[in-house]
Amino acid sequence: MTMTPHGRTVIDRIWDAHVVTELGGERTLLHIDRILLHERTGPALLAGLAAAGREPAHPELVFGMMDHTVDTRPTRSEDPRAPSGSVFIDSFRQRTAAAGIRVFDLGDPRQGIVHVVSPEQGIVLPGSTVVCPDSHTCTLGGIGALAWGIGSTEGEHAVATQTLVRPWPRRMQVRFDGRLSAGVSAKDLVLALIARFGVNGGQGCAIEFAGEAVRALPVEARLTLCNMAVEFGAWTGLVAPDDTTIEWIAGRPFAPGGALWDRAVAHWRSLVSDPDADWCETLSLDAGALAPQVTWGTNPGQTVAIDQPVPDPAAAPDGQRRAAMERALAYMDLRPGAPLAGTPIEAAFIGSCTNSRLPDLREAAAVLRGRRVAEGVRAIVVPGSTAVRAAAEAEGLDRVFTEAGFEWRKSGCSLCFFSGADDFGGARRVISTTNRNFEGRQGPGVRTHLASPATVAASAVAGRIADVRHTPRS
Amino acid sequence: MEPLTRIEGIAAPLMRPDIDTDIIIPSREITSPERTGFGEKLFAPWRYLDATRRENPDFVLNRTPFRHARILIAGDNFGCGSSREMAVWALHQFGIRCIVAPSFGAIFRTNCIRNALLPVELPEADVQALAAAAEAAPLHLVVDLERCEITGLAHRRLRFEMDAGERDCLIAGLDAIDLTWRHRAAIEAFQARDRQARPWIWEPR
Repeated sequence: MTMTPHGRTVIDRIWDAHVVTELGGERTLLHIDRILLHERTGPALLAGLAAAGREPAHPELVFGMMDHTVDTRPTRSEDPRAPSGSVFIDSFRQRTAAAGIRVFDLGDPRQGIVHVVSPEQGIVLPGSTVVCPDSHTCTLGGIGALAWGIGSTEGEHAVATQTLVRPWPRRMQVRFDGRLSAGVSAKDLVLALIARFGVNGGQGCAIEFAGEAVRALPVEARLTLCNMAVEFGAWTGLVAPDDTTIEWIAGRPFAPGGALWDRAVAHWRSLVSDPDADWCETLSLDAGALAPQVTWGTNPGQTVAIDQPVPDPAAAPDGQRRAAMERALAYMDLRPGAPLAGTPIEAAFIGSCTNSRLPDLREAAAVLRGRRVAEGVRAIVVPGSTAVRAAAEAEGLDRVFTEAGFEWRKSGCSLCFFSGADDFGGARRVISTTNRNFEGRQGPGVRTHLASPATVAASAVAGRIADVRHTPRS
Repeated sequence: MEPLTRIEGIAAPLMRPDIDTDIIIPSREITSPERTGFGEKLFAPWRYLDATRRENPDFVLNRTPFRHARILIAGDNFGCGSSREMAVWALHQFGIRCIVAPSFGAIFRTNCIRNALLPVELPEADVQALAAAAEAAPLHLVVDLERCEITGLAHRRLRFEMDAGERDCLIAGLDAIDLTWRHRAAIEAFQARDRQARPWIWEPR
């Protein structure tokens, strides 16, 4: 399938190492190296499997996490923050125990958001295939894995057979050339990409993110970049592993050690795209020209640079898109042509699988140190894992946040979405480091502006959407 | 899975682009880990005016004849966002068996195939024509999966494309896991080779 006169892409190389058999047409039976589950979608998956009388083929390759509905308030209780009570958590415990699947439960120092914990613990490795019934599984492309979100039924398939059937994907390379300016991060890169090419610009492709700006990113920022590949309409995204990746993985609890480490590294170093690789499509953006980005609308493509005005629907290419922009402006209560910077906010949220790792917290803390959140702004920070929380506390970041007026929470998905219990206490306009600004995503009527951790911190201090480049770090 | 060969019924137009699975079924509506009980929760934020579930008379699926729709005509990138399969279960349990759109969210589309809900991709102009006809007068469509065509729009026969493997699975109502186990020998052979080639994958400490 990849026998072309051209060079090969990193995606070809990972794919080919996982082909069990070709099924005809464009479909391949692929081996799946890691299956990740969480308590929100895991129970239905494991119930379906049990009802059909099936068992996990390789429970040792399956890992369960508690993240979606767990109580993240500082006083964490066993009661989940969902109106349906503890049914998801209890069911997940029972069904994973019956299936022989290990779980990082509440109280475990490894507990946290699945897409933060699985790389942090060395569970997900470069060149591996990874699935999880969660759309942000593409995050794990940040360490060079081919990882994608699936539904519960496909999850049953993966757990029962350790394989999935996939069509050979279109391959796209997205290059970010140049160097990021101060105050501009991986979150701004990916928001700018989606704004430029649209929420379906990725067209179901497998994307390699490449270029000078990507090579310069630490692993955590690469995870942020790949996290939002799904918001770009891609099947998945990845960054080919390099020295940065390999150094980052060394010594992590589930990563290989000893002689196996050397063999693994030799394999990982082969996972690159040839210069003449055969891409179906290539896109590029000048990373050096980018300013911090903030969403103005109700999908991640409705984004502008912080110094740009709210766009005018009159400029839309057709009636349907104009109507969509008008609906978004009405929901967001914004006027076309008005500056987005300066819009008053009532809440600020730092967390989620997009932006909750240690460097994210450091970037926000650098802005907050010695400052206070503006009067009337509810500010919440949720470390992505219990390990991130401990590491942040070890360097005193928790005090920077709490002294600034942020609530310092326990790890979980928290207010990335409104599951019916936890909310922003009546705040309507929220600036958030999460990944989805959909209508009602963070609560009925809640207006979400997506931005980087530094921009969220600067905005929390200003009480309005703010340009972090004008908020010097102290 | 129930075999799917031919879908007949009323088509409902919902032509917003980028309809995400959070709107199809919001997280707060997912109160059970079962696969049932989602039909009444479909599009809850648009379909109901308040917590007492008072119907919004303007929402298309609350209007006659669309409350009995079998086919949904939708805007580009339908089902983007969260992988929650409850979005497909909600549509299916409401009665929808086919969605016609210019494109679909990738995970949502796969979830449809696994639940006998047919995702049909047509060029935007054809989708617009279907939506306009459905809005103007009750539009009764026939979707024939064996012939890969939609009839019912005056003087038009709309052909669509579908992967042959996916189509065969839907028509026969085959269980994908059973189909995969026909390749058990190939899976075992792959794993035996892979344990030699990439032993670190097989020994998570």
